[in-house]
Amino acid sequence: MIKIAKTFGLATLLALSAAVPALAEEVNIYTTREPGLIQPILDAFTTETGITVNTVFLENGLIERVQAEGESSPADILMTVDFGALIDLVNAGVTQPVESAVLEGAIPASLRDPAGNWFALSGRARVVYAAKDLDLSAITYEELSDEKWRGKLCIRSGQHPYNTAMIAAHMAKHGEADTRTWLEGLKANQARAAAGGDRDGARDIAAGICDIAVANSYYFGLMSSGKGGDEQKAWSDAVKVILPTFEGGGTLVNVSGAAVAAHAPNRDEAVQLLEYLASEAAQKLYAEANFEHPVNAAAEVHPIIAALGTLTPDSQPLTEVLPFRKRASELVDEISFDTFSN
Amino acid sequence: MRRANPAAFSMHTIAAGRPAARHHIAISRWAVTAFAVAAFVLVPIATIALIAIADTGTLWSHVLVHVLPQSAWNTLVLLTGTGIVAVAVGTGAAWLVSAYDFRGRGVVEWALLLPLAVPTYIMAYAYLDILSPLGPLQGAIRWVLGFDSPRDFRLPDIRSMWAAVLIFGSVLYPYVYLTARVMFVSQSANLLEAARTLGVGRAQLFWRVALPLARPAIAVGAALALMEVLNDVGAAQFLGIRTLTASVYTTWVVRADLAGAAQIAVSMLVFVMALVLLERLARRNQRYASSAQRPRPMPPQRLRGWREAIALGLGVLPVVVGFVGPATYLVISAAKRLDFAGLSPALLRATLNTVSVSALATLVVLLAGFAVAYAARLQPGRATGLAARVATLGYAVPGTVLAIGILIPVAAFDRSVDGFMRSSFGWSTGLLLLGSGGALVYAYAARFLAISVGGIESGLSRLPLSYDQAARTLGQGPGGTLVHVHLPLTRTALTAAGLLVFVDCMKELPATLLLRPLNFESLATLLYGEAVRGTYEDAAIAALLIVAIGILPVILLARTGRLSRD
Repeated sequence: MIKIAKTFGLATLLALSAAVPALAEEVNIYTTREPGLIQPILDAFTTETGITVNTVFLENGLIERVQAEGESSPADILMTVDFGALIDLVNAGVTQPVESAVLEGAIPASLRDPAGNWFALSGRARVVYAAKDLDLSAITYEELSDEKWRGKLCIRSGQHPYNTAMIAAHMAKHGEADTRTWLEGLKANQARAAAGGDRDGARDIAAGICDIAVANSYYFGLMSSGKGGDEQKAWSDAVKVILPTFEGGGTLVNVSGAAVAAHAPNRDEAVQLLEYLASEAAQKLYAEANFEHPVNAAAEVHPIIAALGTLTPDSQPLTEVLPFRKRASELVDEISFDTFSN
Repeated sequence: MRRANPAAFSMHTIAAGRPAARHHIAISRWAVTAFAVAAFVLVPIATIALIAIADTGTLWSHVLVHVLPQSAWNTLVLLTGTGIVAVAVGTGAAWLVSAYDFRGRGVVEWALLLPLAVPTYIMAYAYLDILSPLGPLQGAIRWVLGFDSPRDFRLPDIRSMWAAVLIFGSVLYPYVYLTARVMFVSQSANLLEAARTLGVGRAQLFWRVALPLARPAIAVGAALALMEVLNDVGAAQFLGIRTLTASVYTTWVVRADLAGAAQIAVSMLVFVMALVLLERLARRNQRYASSAQRPRPMPPQRLRGWREAIALGLGVLPVVVGFVGPATYLVISAAKRLDFAGLSPALLRATLNTVSVSALATLVVLLAGFAVAYAARLQPGRATGLAARVATLGYAVPGTVLAIGILIPVAAFDRSVDGFMRSSFGWSTGLLLLGSGGALVYAYAARFLAISVGGIESGLSRLPLSYDQAARTLGQGPGGTLVHVHLPLTRTALTAAGLLVFVDCMKELPATLLLRPLNFESLATLLYGEAVRGTYEDAAIAALLIVAIGILPVILLARTGRLSRD
C-alpha cells in the first residue's frame, strides 16, 4: 500500500520535474552562495548561449551531498564563497582539473589553482563601516581591539567564514598568542551579540547600537545603490566605509570562486560557463550587479566601490592563511567569542 | 522548524481507554508493513550513529572542552527559561478561560491558539525588525519622550537570551495551554466543590487542587514546547544564541567535520530522550486520570467591572505578542512588496512546490501511520508496539541531523540504481530520489510519522473491539471491517493528523535545504535564501503564506476543543 503510494507519488514528482527540458543543453550548479545575486549573470549566459542553468543553494552540506551522489551526481559546477571553502572542495576530491587558455588569460595566476582545480571569480574586501560623523579616516585590523572601541563594535558570528578568514590572516602574521589577545579585545568591544549578517552592522550603526562594524565591501554597494530597498539605503547613508589594513600590509580580500565537479555530466558546458563568468562582460556584471571586485583586469569596479578609496590587497597570499583557519575557528570557541557578555 | 502535534495529545487526554480484549488474527500483513515502516525510520538514525563512531582524532577533545559546556549551558538556560514562560502563560491562560467568564471569552479561548501558526524563525525575524531601535515601537517611544535619534535613547538590544526566552515562550505556550485547558475543563466539579466546601478560596483552588491535578498535562505540553526549542535553528541564529544545534552546524560546516557534528547530535539526543521520557511518564498518569467517567465541568465564575477588563486584557496579551504583532508586521511588509513588485513567478513556483510535496508526504505519512497503528490494534503485543515506538523516533531527531542521516542512504540507493541501469541497459536514470523530490518525501515521512501514528492510535483506541466483532459476525472480512467500520469512524483523527502533518511539512526547513533537487524552492527555503542574502524581497509574502496556511489546523483544533467541551 505504502509502496504503491510512494511509486505513484514519485511518478507525479518525476512528471513535475520533467518540466525542465531534458534534451536542451544545460549546466547544473551546486552553490554555497545564495544564487539570487548572481542570477542576472546566469541569465545573461543563457541568453547568449542557449544553455539552461539550473541551481541549488546548499548552504551547508554541499560536499557531503556531492560525495554521496558520487558518479551519479548531476552537479557540473561547484560554487562557493570564501577561499577556504574552495580549497575544501579540492581536498574532498569532488573537483576535476580544467585546462583552458581562456581562463588562464582572464584570471591572474594568484587567483586560480595551477592545476586548474579551482578558479576565483570575484573579490570581496573585509572592511570597516563607521558612523558617518565619527572622526575616523583610517584604521588597522589590529586596532579593532583597542580599548577605545569598548562596547562600540558590531560584528557577525566569529565562526562565519568571512571572520574565520580574517582571524586566520591575523594569526598568519602575528602568531597564535597575539591573535588570542586581539580576539579577546574584539570580544570585549562587542556592542551586541555576534549574530546576524554583515548588513546588520550598518543597520545597527544607524540604530545607534555601535560606532564601527566589520563587514564586506559589496554589502555597502548593495545598500547604498538602493537595490536593497529604501530601508537599507537609509542604513548605508548612516555609515562611511574605511578600508582597513594590516600593520605594514594591505586590506584582506577574500574570494568567491568555482570548480568543475569531478563527475560533471556536462563538462563542456561547465567549462563554457566558467569561461563566461571570467569574461569581461560577466565580470562587469559582477561589479555592477553585485559590487564585487572583478578578477579580470579588463573589468572595473563599480563607481560606488571605487569611491571608497584605493584598495591595496594584502600581500600575504590566501594559501598562506589557509593553514590557520582551523585554529582560528577553535580560538573562537575557546574564548566564547559568540557568547555575548558585555 | 516544526510544530509538535497537540491534537494527538489532547486526544489522548479524552481517550476512553484501550480496548480490553486481546484479539489474534492469523494474517500478519499489517505487522510486516509496520516493521517495514519502522525500518525506514531507523535507517537515517542508524546512519548518524555510524558516522558518530568514526574517528575524529583530536577534534573531539576540543568539542568536549570548548564547545559542549558552553552550548549545553546555553541550551539548558534557554530550555528552562522558555519552559517557565510557556508553563506560566499557558497554564495561566487556560485557568483564566476555564475558571472565569467574561465578555470576549469565546474569542479569546480559541485565539490563544493562534501563535501555533507562527514558526519560531519567523517570530524572531519579525521581532528583530519590530523592536529594532529603527523600528516602529522604539520610534514611537522616542517621539513620546521627545528624543530625536536612537543615539540619545534606545531600549536594550533584543539579541539576547532573555529576548530569546520571551520570543520562544510567546509562540510555544499554546502547547501548554492546550493540554492544561483540556485538563481544567474536565476536572470534576465535585472535587473543586469539595475543596470549596472545605473553605478554599478561588485563587487557592487553583494552587491547591486544580494545578496539582493538571500537572501531568502541563508536563506533556511543556515537553512538546521544549522539543520545538531544541529543533530550532533559525531563531537562535538570528538572536545570537549558541545552542547545541548551532554547534552542530559550526562543527560540520566551518571545520568540515561531519563525525564531530554527529557526535554533538548524538549527545543532543540525550536531551531529547529525557524530554520524551518525561512526556511519556506524564501521559501515563494522565491517561489514568482521564479514564474516569466524563465529569460535570466546573461552572466558570462571571466577572464584572474592572475585574472583567483585567481578565480580558490578560487573555488578549499573549495573542497580541505571539500572533497579532508578527502577523501585522508580515501583512504590512507583504503589502509593501506586492505594491513594489507584484507576485513574482518564483513565489508562485515555490508555493506550488511546497503544496505538492507536502501533500504527497502527508499521504505517505497517513498511510504509513495507519499501517503502524492498525497493526498494533490487530495484533497487540510487544513487537507491534515496538514498531510503533520506533516509527515515532524520527520526531525526536532534530531536522538538521536527520537530513544528513537520510542523504547518505538515499544517495547510495540512487547511485546503485543508476549504476545498475547504466551497466545493464546503457541508460542513466540520474538521481531517482534526490533528483525528484522523493528524498524530501522520505525525510518528511520519517520526521512526522509520530504525528499520524499518535493521532490514529488514539482515534482507533476509542473504537471498542466489539465493533470489529460485530462487523465480522455480519460477514465482513478484515478488509471490509477496515473500509466500512474503521476508516469512517477514524475520519476525524485522520483529518486532524493529516492537517498537522501537512503544515509541518510546509514549514520544514533544514531537511528541505539539504535534500531538494536542482531549481526547487519551497516557501521556507525561499524565505531562508532571502534572509541569507539580506534582501527579504519575497520573504515577507512567503512568511505570510506559511503563517496563513498554519492557521488551518489551529481552527480545527479550536473546533475539536469546543466539541470536547459540549
